[in-house]
Amino acid sequence: MNEVKSTSNGKLQSNVPPGDLAEKWTNHKFNLKLVNPANKRKYEIIVIGTGLAGASAAASLGELGYYVKSFCFQDSPRRAHSIAAQGGINAAKNYQNDGDSVYRLFYDTVKGGDYRSREANVYRLADLSLNIIDQCVAQGVPFAREYGGLLDNRSFGGAQVSRTFYARGQTGQQLLLGAYSALMRQVESKKVTIFPRHEMLDIVVINGRARGVVTRNMVNGKIESFAADAVVLATGGYGNAYYLSTNAKGSNVTASWRAYKRGAFFANPCYTQIHPTCIPVTGEHQSKLTLMSESLRNDGRVWVPKKAGDTRPPNQIPENERDYYLERKYPSFGNLVPRDVASRNAKEMVDEGKGVGASKVAVYLDFKDAINRLGKDVISQKYGNLFDMYHLITDENPYEVPMRIYPAVHYTMGGLWVDYNLMTTIPGLFALGECNFSDHGANRLGASALMQGLADGYFVIPYTMGGYLAATKLEKVDTGNEEFKAAEKTVNDKIAKLLAVKGNKTVDEFHRELGKILWEYVGMSRNAKGLETAIQKIKTLREEFWKDVRVLGDNEELNQSLEKAGRVADFLELAELMAIDALHRNESCGGHFREEYQTEENEAKRDDENFTYVAAFEYKGDDQKPELHKEELEFEYVHLSQRSYK
Amino acid sequence: MGNNMNLHLKVWRQKNKDDKGKLVSYEAKDVSPDMSFLEMLDIVNEGLIKKGEEPIAFDHDCREGICGSCGMQINGRPHGPKSAITACQLHMRNFKDGDTIVVEPFRAKAFPVIKDLIVDRSAFDRIIAAGGYISVNTGGTPDGNAIPIAKEDAESAFEAAQCIGCGACVAACKNSSAMLFLSAKVSHFARLPQGKAEREKRVWAMVEQMEKEGFGACSNTEACSAECPKEISMDVIAQLRREYYRAGLFSKEK
Repeated sequence: MNEVKSTSNGKLQSNVPPGDLAEKWTNHKFNLKLVNPANKRKYEIIVIGTGLAGASAAASLGELGYYVKSFCFQDSPRRAHSIAAQGGINAAKNYQNDGDSVYRLFYDTVKGGDYRSREANVYRLADLSLNIIDQCVAQGVPFAREYGGLLDNRSFGGAQVSRTFYARGQTGQQLLLGAYSALMRQVESKKVTIFPRHEMLDIVVINGRARGVVTRNMVNGKIESFAADAVVLATGGYGNAYYLSTNAKGSNVTASWRAYKRGAFFANPCYTQIHPTCIPVTGEHQSKLTLMSESLRNDGRVWVPKKAGDTRPPNQIPENERDYYLERKYPSFGNLVPRDVASRNAKEMVDEGKGVGASKVAVYLDFKDAINRLGKDVISQKYGNLFDMYHLITDENPYEVPMRIYPAVHYTMGGLWVDYNLMTTIPGLFALGECNFSDHGANRLGASALMQGLADGYFVIPYTMGGYLAATKLEKVDTGNEEFKAAEKTVNDKIAKLLAVKGNKTVDEFHRELGKILWEYVGMSRNAKGLETAIQKIKTLREEFWKDVRVLGDNEELNQSLEKAGRVADFLELAELMAIDALHRNESCGGHFREEYQTEENEAKRDDENFTYVAAFEYKGDDQKPELHKEELEFEYVHLSQRSYK
Repeated sequence: MGNNMNLHLKVWRQKNKDDKGKLVSYEAKDVSPDMSFLEMLDIVNEGLIKKGEEPIAFDHDCREGICGSCGMQINGRPHGPKSAITACQLHMRNFKDGDTIVVEPFRAKAFPVIKDLIVDRSAFDRIIAAGGYISVNTGGTPDGNAIPIAKEDAESAFEAAQCIGCGACVAACKNSSAMLFLSAKVSHFARLPQGKAEREKRVWAMVEQMEKEGFGACSNTEACSAECPKEISMDVIAQLRREYYRAGLFSKEK
């Protein structure tokens, strides 16, 4: 199979196979070379991360006969953050007879991504969605069922068909436990070895190929090298760059970032998704944000007081002094406008001084009319668990007073650039799931993250990995190689440097400050001046970090401050790249909204003429500007059009 | 903020697995009732770092009650005084100004302390590896609707499958038994047609591994279920016993 090289004009080879869209993957699978079954056991593969993508990949590769080493920073593979996904997983099964098809899921995903994803990848994803459900059912995932015993579906995130499979509000948990059980079965059969409480801190590249990793044992601090024939990253997104997000506290960019610094291109870092319905921040102590399913907008009405600075409690504000701004501005979609539109409008209201609650950084989501119309019982059946969760966290009863909600960072569409085989620009280094950039364009649809993680891990990498290994002659390497020693030294030096600063500010203080910069200037809406300011502020903060951070203790022990410090150091570098990318992309698309580029209806205004490409950045050194490479996107099947929700 | 509290903490500090460990007193000042218990610990830790003292180590990740990472004894109860939630979802409004709160790691022979409030729960992974799965490889599975499953059966399998593997059941049990954890997984599969093919083998292998790990025996005190943040019912233990005896009668192996 071809390897990715950036050509002289800076463009990237996606290695999308030729032929009809629907036949590409089938043909490609046939054309990929196979590894003889008896030879598979001669190969070792490292998989970093045990979420949906990582666990499914490690299990499937182990089943095929490869020897797999699986690493995660949590105390068990079962805890990866895929576990927190609530809503569901899309699949084009058309069980509901409502007009769904692989092509429709493909089309919706390309359109939802605002025409900034690769058609061939998205089509494959839609196609593989069918197999995922079958696989999960066979593993014993207890999906919701109808009385006749068949699988139930619901409509999700404004989709016009019911294609979302779910297990109450815990779909991610059940899918991950399915993948985890498959993984543990391979552990029992000795094909997979797990390394929990291990953090990957560097990729080792020998003769231009990824041949291993350097990890830190988080219990005793031991820095250790592991050699392999190929490395798979499945390490999730970078939403925690913002400090406050719906990500788990441990979610980080370190594995992807260190791969970037070893030569893997980082694509579309400015594409971040902000989810409109989260529980608002209560104070400086806030450590993370909790998502409330967006299904709430089916029955809740969003409003703020008409008058700025109105401090009356909601029940004392009469109807004619309320602004149901989404219904007013978008009469046909009303409260059901897409995530990015709902989020931006909430911020606008707060910026105008119309925010509600003690912090004034929230808007109301009111169920009073729905309760009057349908009765409390119906609302409770539909949303009972969400109402309970809200009550538990805020101590307010949403049956009686309107919920307060505010947008929060939720998902990152950008990530390591990969070709059709999910291989990065470092041969032998693959990226799966949220940590790659490939399938969601500039905006991800609801219930599609789980689908992508599992498609990549169960059904793509088992084929493309074989294709790579069978077509590549790999020399023997071991951890005694000088490249391993050099990478270990890089890791050790960085840790020593962090411990040696002995400054005055805690890691969290720096992280919170970084988060505020990103949220203000590289958040829901961006403009050139703000982005330039952000770049300066990030640089200054990064310099201050290396002069004034305080990390206590030693490396040779369990040291959570040290773990965090390494991750925040990487976020401080990534943040600048996010701003650089956002500044260069002089258009609005999906989750990237540039104030200078909007329609008269305040909609994102794309510039298809100049920006129908993937922006992939190449690391050129710590003090150098990264080099921008462009992968032009070609749309042969989907017609590019402007979204409108009026 | 008028409602903020000052609290006295007694926290278990233990440098590593070989250290003896002891309770150390800390003051948590100006704690907002809106903070979660872990956010309160974050604030205490920030204060400790500022003073040049090492922060309290504790496991945590999703902070929304589903990953199962956090787990500690708060005033003698796993995940603290409120039922059906994890420590990360426990808000400080459940305490009052001036309270003394004792925070310790989960105590069990099979969960050795690694540092402070962090314990080693890898025994759970080994129990799952012994048989907590349905043996299907990727690919070649029948259509998802090929085998109808009654809604009630799917729901009851789901009830058992909700276990987050936090270990509160073990910490709550006077015998440090892992019976609720194991039974939840056995019941999840036993309640589905897909899980029937290996039911005898599965239950035997998992029970055998549980015994090897040093967990105690179950004496049906029901403390595990009472403290379970996902409210896994005692029914699963009853089902485990049935599955175990059934395996003895019908197993094709042994």
